[in-house]
Amino acid sequence: MDLKDKLISSFIAFENNVDVEHPIHDVRMAAIKNFEAKGFPSKKEEAWKYTSLNSLQKVDFSIFPKQENTLEYKDVKRYFLHEIDSYKIVFVDGIYSSFLSETTHDGVDICLMSSALTKPMYKQVIDVYFNKIASKDESLTTLNTAFSREGAYIYIPKNKMPKKPIEILHFSTGNEASLMLQPRNLVVVEENAEVQIIERHQSLTSNEVLTNAVTEIYAAKSAIVDFYKIQNDVATASLIDNTYIDQKDKSVVRLHTFSFGGKMTRNNLNFYQNGEYIDSTMKGVTILGEKQHVDHHTLVHHIEPNCESHQDYKGIYGDSSTGVFNGKIIVDKIAQKTNAFQKNNNILISDKASINSKPQLEIFADDVKCSHGCTIGQLDEDAMFYLRSRGIPEKEARALLMYAFANNVLATVRIPELKKRINKLIAKKLGVNLGFDL
Amino acid sequence: MLKIKDLHASVEGKEILRGINLEVKAGEVHAIMGPNGSGKSTLASVIAGKEEFEVTQGSVELYGEDLEEVSPEGRAHKGLFLSFQYPIEIPGVSVTNFIKTAINESRKANGLEDMPAKDMLKMIREKSELLEIDRKFLSRSLNEGFSGGEKKRNEVFQMAMLEPKVAILDETDSGLDIDALRIVANGVNKLKSKDNAVILITHYQRLLEYIVPDFVHVLHNGKIVKSGGKDLALQLEEKGYDWLKQETAV
Repeated sequence: MDLKDKLISSFIAFENNVDVEHPIHDVRMAAIKNFEAKGFPSKKEEAWKYTSLNSLQKVDFSIFPKQENTLEYKDVKRYFLHEIDSYKIVFVDGIYSSFLSETTHDGVDICLMSSALTKPMYKQVIDVYFNKIASKDESLTTLNTAFSREGAYIYIPKNKMPKKPIEILHFSTGNEASLMLQPRNLVVVEENAEVQIIERHQSLTSNEVLTNAVTEIYAAKSAIVDFYKIQNDVATASLIDNTYIDQKDKSVVRLHTFSFGGKMTRNNLNFYQNGEYIDSTMKGVTILGEKQHVDHHTLVHHIEPNCESHQDYKGIYGDSSTGVFNGKIIVDKIAQKTNAFQKNNNILISDKASINSKPQLEIFADDVKCSHGCTIGQLDEDAMFYLRSRGIPEKEARALLMYAFANNVLATVRIPELKKRINKLIAKKLGVNLGFDL
Repeated sequence: MLKIKDLHASVEGKEILRGINLEVKAGEVHAIMGPNGSGKSTLASVIAGKEEFEVTQGSVELYGEDLEEVSPEGRAHKGLFLSFQYPIEIPGVSVTNFIKTAINESRKANGLEDMPAKDMLKMIREKSELLEIDRKFLSRSLNEGFSGGEKKRNEVFQMAMLEPKVAILDETDSGLDIDALRIVANGVNKLKSKDNAVILITHYQRLLEYIVPDFVHVLHNGKIVKSGGKDLALQLEEKGYDWLKQETAV
C-alpha cells in the first residue's frame, strides 16, 4: 500500500480517537477529501520541480506510534536552549511530554493544541483562528489539517509578553521502524503583544522519520513575533514545514530558518500582509553536505499599501547536496508604496553540489520599490589569500569566509544565547575550531 | 634574510616580473618605487605566495630556504608579513578575534601553545596604544565599514601583533591623511629592530620622509632598473620616472 492509501485508511482509525461530533471534525473531513483528490505533489508541478517526494512515499511509515515513549531530560538537554530559562512544549513521537515541558496559563496561554481543540475555554480563539490562514487546497497542508490533533498552542493577549522565550521541540525516539508525524501549531499574538519562539524537530536514531507540520501565526495590530526554526536533523529525517502568517497593521514578524541537516527539508513559508505599515522579514542560513536537500519556498503577498518585506537567504552547499530557493512576491494593485526586497546568495564548495534559485515577482501596483538579487559562486580567492597570508590555514580560512558570508542573517537574531548556539552549530558544521566562539 | 634571485613571474601567461634580484638583510629598510603597472604589487604578492602568479624562473629565499613549495600561511608562520593595499572585509569576526586566531595558528605551526589570554590582552593593549587605536575599534568586524585610513592602520596593528621578521607594506601610505600617515610611520619605526626588515612599496616619496629607507629601488617593466640610497627617492620626486625610463631605454 502506498503512503497516500495508508493515510486515507488510517483516517478511519484516527476518527475512533477524536470527537467526531466536534465542529473541528467537519474541517478535518473537508481536508481529507481535498488530500484524497489531490494526493502528494509530484515533480510535474512547478512548485515541486526540484524536490521529489517519491522515495518517501514508498516507506512504510507508522501513522501513529504504537506506544507512548519517554525520554530522560539529560539525554535531550543539548537540544534545548539550556543556557537560559524558557517555556517548553515538548512532544515525543508526536505525543505531549508533560515531564519535559514547562507550560503556563499565567496571563498568557502556552500549552497544547489538544486542549485548545477540545476545551470550551479556548473555543472562541479556535473559532476565529484555527485553519483560517492555512491553505484549504494545498494537499500537504490539508493532509495535516485532516489529522490535526496535537501541537503547540500559544495565545498572547493584548499588551502581554511572556517572561521568557518559548521552545517547541518534537523528538522522535526511533521506537518505530519509521514514523510519520503531523504536528499542528497555532500562535495568536494580540494587539501590541510580543513573543519569541524557537522550534526544532529532532530524531534521536537513524530510523526513518517524516514530519509534515503546519503552523499558523496571527500577528494583530502592532504585535511583534520572532520565530526561529532550527533544522539540524539526522540523515534519515525529512521535514515538510508549512507555515502561514497573517499580519495586521504595524505588526512585525521576523522568521529565521537555520537549515544545517536532515535528509529532505521543504519549507513552505507564506506571509499575508492584511494591513498597512507591516514589516515581514524572512531570513535563512543553509549549510549542507552529503546528499542533503533543502527547498525554501517563500511567498509574500502584499495586500495593502505602505508595507515592507525583507528576504535574505544565504546558502553554502558542499558534497552532493542540493538546494532550492523560490521566492514569490505578489504586490496587489492597491498595495502602493510597497518596499519588497529579496536576496539569495549561494556558495558552492563542491563540483557535485547544486542550487536552483528562482525569484518570482508579480507586481500589479505602479508606485513600489521591489528588488531581487541572486548569486551563485565560489569563495573569493583574494579574500582567501588575505587570510592565509596572516597565517590562517586554508581550511580555517575557508570556514571564516563562509561564516562571514552568512553573518548578516544572524545580526537580527534577538536572543543572544540562541545566536551563540547557532554560531557553534555553524562552526561545527564547517568542521573547524577557530579558537574563539564565533 | 630575504634573498630574491632572478625572479620571473607571470599571470595567465603574461610575464610581469622579468628577473628581479634583491637582498634584504636584518635591520634594513628597503623602498621599492616605480610607476603604475611596473610590477610592485605583483612582487609583494609573489613573495607572500599568491597562487595565481606562476614563478617561471628564479627563487625567493627566506633564511636560505626556498619558498617555492611553501603555502601562504606557511610563509606567514616563518615570519613573513604582507600589509595589503586593499584589505578584505570579514563581517562578524572582530579585529581581536581575528588577530588571536592568526597568532595562535602561527604558534601552533611553530610547536607552541596558544598565547595565554592575559598576555594576549596585554599585547593588544600595548600595540593599540602604539598605533593610537581606540579599544572600541578592536571589537568591530574586521575591515567592515572601515575608512581607507582605518584599514591601513589596522594592517599595521596586525603587523605589530604578529611581529614578523620581514614585513612588506604595499602602498600603506595611500588613502592616509597626514596625521594618520605620521601615526602609522611612527608605529613602523618603533617596531623596527636590528632583527627584522621592512620593505616599503610606494608610489610617492611622502612616506619615506617618515620612514627613512636604507635603500631605494626603482622597478620598471618588471625589473629593478636603479638602486640607490634615500636620495634616489628625492630625485624621483623631483624629476618623475620619465628620465629613468629613457635611461633604461638607452
